[in-house]
Amino acid sequence: MKYRLLAAAALVAAPMATTTTAASAAEVNVYSYRQAALVRPLFDAFTKETGVKVNVVFATKGLIKRLQAEGRNSPADLVFTVDIGRLSAVVNAGLAQQVKTAALEKAVPAEYRDAKGMWYGLTLRARLLYTSKDRVAKGAITSYEELADPKWRGKVCTRKGDHAYNIALLAAYIGHYGEAKATEWLKGVKANLARKPQGNDRAQVKAIMEGVCDVAVGNHYYMALMLKNEKQKPWAASANLVFPTLAGKGTHMNVSGVMMTKHAPNKENAVKLMEFLTSKKAQGLYANVNNEYPIDPDVKASPLLESWGKFARDTVSLDTIAKNRAAALKIVNTVGYNDGPATN
Amino acid sequence: MTGLNASVDNERARSTRRFKPDPWAAGAFVITAIVALPILTVLAAAFFPTENIWPHLWETVLPGYIIVTLELMAGVAAGTVLIGVGTAWLVTMCAFPGRRIFEWALVLPLAMPAYVVAYVYTDILEYAGPVQMMLRDIFGWTTSRDYWFPEIRSLGGAIVVMTMTLYPYVYLLARSAFLEQSSGVGEAARTLGCSPWAAFRRVSLPMARPSIVVGVALVLMETLNDFGTVDFFAVQTLTTGMFNVWLVMNNTGGGAQIAVVMLVFVIFLLVAERVARRRRGYHDTSTRPRRPVRFDLRGGRRTLAFLVCSLPILIGFFVPAGLLISYAIEFYDVSLSNRFPQAAVNSILLAALAAGVAVLIGLFLAYAVRLRKSTTLRNLARFASLGYAVPGAVLAIGILFPFGAFDNAVDGFMRATFGVSTGLILSGTIVAVLFAYVVRFLALAYGTLEAGLGRVTPHMDDAARTLKHGPAQALIKVNLPIIRGSMMTAAILIFVDCMKELPATLLLRPFNFDTLATYVYQFASDELLEECALGALTIVAAGVIPVILLTRVMGRNRPDQEISIT
Repeated sequence: MKYRLLAAAALVAAPMATTTTAASAAEVNVYSYRQAALVRPLFDAFTKETGVKVNVVFATKGLIKRLQAEGRNSPADLVFTVDIGRLSAVVNAGLAQQVKTAALEKAVPAEYRDAKGMWYGLTLRARLLYTSKDRVAKGAITSYEELADPKWRGKVCTRKGDHAYNIALLAAYIGHYGEAKATEWLKGVKANLARKPQGNDRAQVKAIMEGVCDVAVGNHYYMALMLKNEKQKPWAASANLVFPTLAGKGTHMNVSGVMMTKHAPNKENAVKLMEFLTSKKAQGLYANVNNEYPIDPDVKASPLLESWGKFARDTVSLDTIAKNRAAALKIVNTVGYNDGPATN
Repeated sequence: MTGLNASVDNERARSTRRFKPDPWAAGAFVITAIVALPILTVLAAAFFPTENIWPHLWETVLPGYIIVTLELMAGVAAGTVLIGVGTAWLVTMCAFPGRRIFEWALVLPLAMPAYVVAYVYTDILEYAGPVQMMLRDIFGWTTSRDYWFPEIRSLGGAIVVMTMTLYPYVYLLARSAFLEQSSGVGEAARTLGCSPWAAFRRVSLPMARPSIVVGVALVLMETLNDFGTVDFFAVQTLTTGMFNVWLVMNNTGGGAQIAVVMLVFVIFLLVAERVARRRRGYHDTSTRPRRPVRFDLRGGRRTLAFLVCSLPILIGFFVPAGLLISYAIEFYDVSLSNRFPQAAVNSILLAALAAGVAVLIGLFLAYAVRLRKSTTLRNLARFASLGYAVPGAVLAIGILFPFGAFDNAVDGFMRATFGVSTGLILSGTIVAVLFAYVVRFLALAYGTLEAGLGRVTPHMDDAARTLKHGPAQALIKVNLPIIRGSMMTAAILIFVDCMKELPATLLLRPFNFDTLATYVYQFASDELLEECALGALTIVAAGVIPVILLTRVMGRNRPDQEISIT
């Protein structure tokens, strides 16, 4: 019985085992930190247009290690990430390859791509403040700096401090003010926390509805997601959006991006996919399906995002943010941010 | 090495033949070397880090991680002992309504992935959940500031959730220990005027203690490598800390160093388990344990026994399963995408294959150790079983690097010699996933089979020898039929665990490949479990059937079946 089972399994397993070997004519292989469900509509559109099949491995952690371990025989052509940190980590590990095409450089503004063409931004996400409609007057908080203001003691909610989104924000803060001031600021935010950092961005907005906190930090598209989900609509309805400023400049933007791996076996198709994703069509899809801000300034955001109005963006370069990440992570540990407000 | 040589020498001394390589010792050596690769990779990364952030970790977060981990382990140990031992004693030693159903139903929570239970109870107990809503309605409270309610996303919450999903390990072991106890012992206690409680405290419990320690050691290893629950509840354990350092800070050395701290915990548990087993000096002198004479519970005690046994099943299984079913119905169309059936097939095949391979390897190792009586071999086998306590993601990284190195070396050789590229042979294939499963769960197979073989008297082997059977034949013809139950037990446990395995699968899998666990994770990672309730339910269902089988296998009152770790 057992042997028959083994044999059957081996039969099924054999073709699965060979799927990754070598590059075949019309495909491109993607390692994605972005959830497969979010990018699949775009890949489907690409396949429909070009006939090139897109193979995906999605994982939230460790794909860089996999790339590193597989070395020059890695089947991966492209890496998709949700933040600048991982883009720079791949570059620093020497696993990226330069790509420069006129189409890419035209579509992606210089501040949202690597100067050498090692990576390109695909979409932008604003890191916003969600404030309670009932308990926070409009204009009561307009900057990230104010999150540390003692008047918000016991009223602030965020996800964990070492999450990529928060690290990027802190890295930008370091970019403006330096490490010492950033440490002071984070200490202040920690002291203001209503509870131990937990949950994702959406959970923070829910906490506003629950009356646990008055101000929360979260990415903008969660508002759109919550509005689409019957159960979460009341969460969204309990909060206002604030586009805060950093050092008086503007709102901190996270970039999701793509890069070609050093040993990409399907280079040509990979470039095709990169160009497709920055094309007006795909950018429009991103904007309307995922409610992210298009990287191409000529492409309109979704009607919902447009309704939130125009806002200024922070000026700290992505390079600076990438460079300050390690320092930011250490500050989070030093401050003991994840322990929550009770400890010091 | 000396032990190895010694065992080979013994073999030579025994037979007057010329020196011949010993296939059992050599095989065991090769297997353990391969299985230990991931752990060795992690150790190497810890002791030769590229950027040493140990001082920073030690000054900031590490002491906190260690304290919280210890608190979590202490809480879960206490909880699982209380529930596991209490219910096991009730169903084996007492008679009350529903006893026969409780006997197997108490194992059901084993099929529930802990992170699913964590999610479900957050949904029920949080501010917007039904419990607090009802309380607010009753008492007229309006906001969370009007009253106090325990925070489920806390250390306490994590202890409760893990206790509820892990107590079946203690229950199973305690129950088989109670079953093994000769009824004569219980009768003697009663003749001496012991009440049921006194008989339990003074006779049954001390006799079952070694088995209970084994169960708790298993529970604590699962606790130690859990990531889903503690991450969801924002409890800062060594595991969450290690993930952050390794995969968020992207510092391999630091992550590996925390992993080594965890290994120290594990080794401590293993030693405790060993010591407990060695002290198992109480033996049953009757040849065949009779069906125990059960205390007949009456009145209030009867109700109490019923409640004590039904609550864990309710909390650990029926409430979460019920909520999942209601989600699954509500979100039926979202859940049932075209990827779902393939994911289910992948999960079941992979889990079955892994269970088969792990049992075969475990059997080989256990038999080689038995055959050669070599301490070196035994220690090697135990070292290879450490994978059980290593979190899946760490194991995955420990597999990525040796596999990648192997693939690239073969490829380099082939290119240089024949001008052909072989590409990646193992990396990114299901072989890598399968390997991860086997390494992760080999301990269950090896430990269970070692214990099983340990109960087969060596006279059996001698008898086989006199029939001119070689060791292999003796294994197949004599030992295997006797330890069939242990093999089933090991295979079922491994199957269920593989169905639930997530982090290693996620990182090692081939392109476009989903198991039920990764399929569920896509949504669960976004805290949207409703939309994958169907997948989660399938994992549970696939676990329930073997779990029921398992209790039946173990319920036949045969002392040769036992779960154990190295």
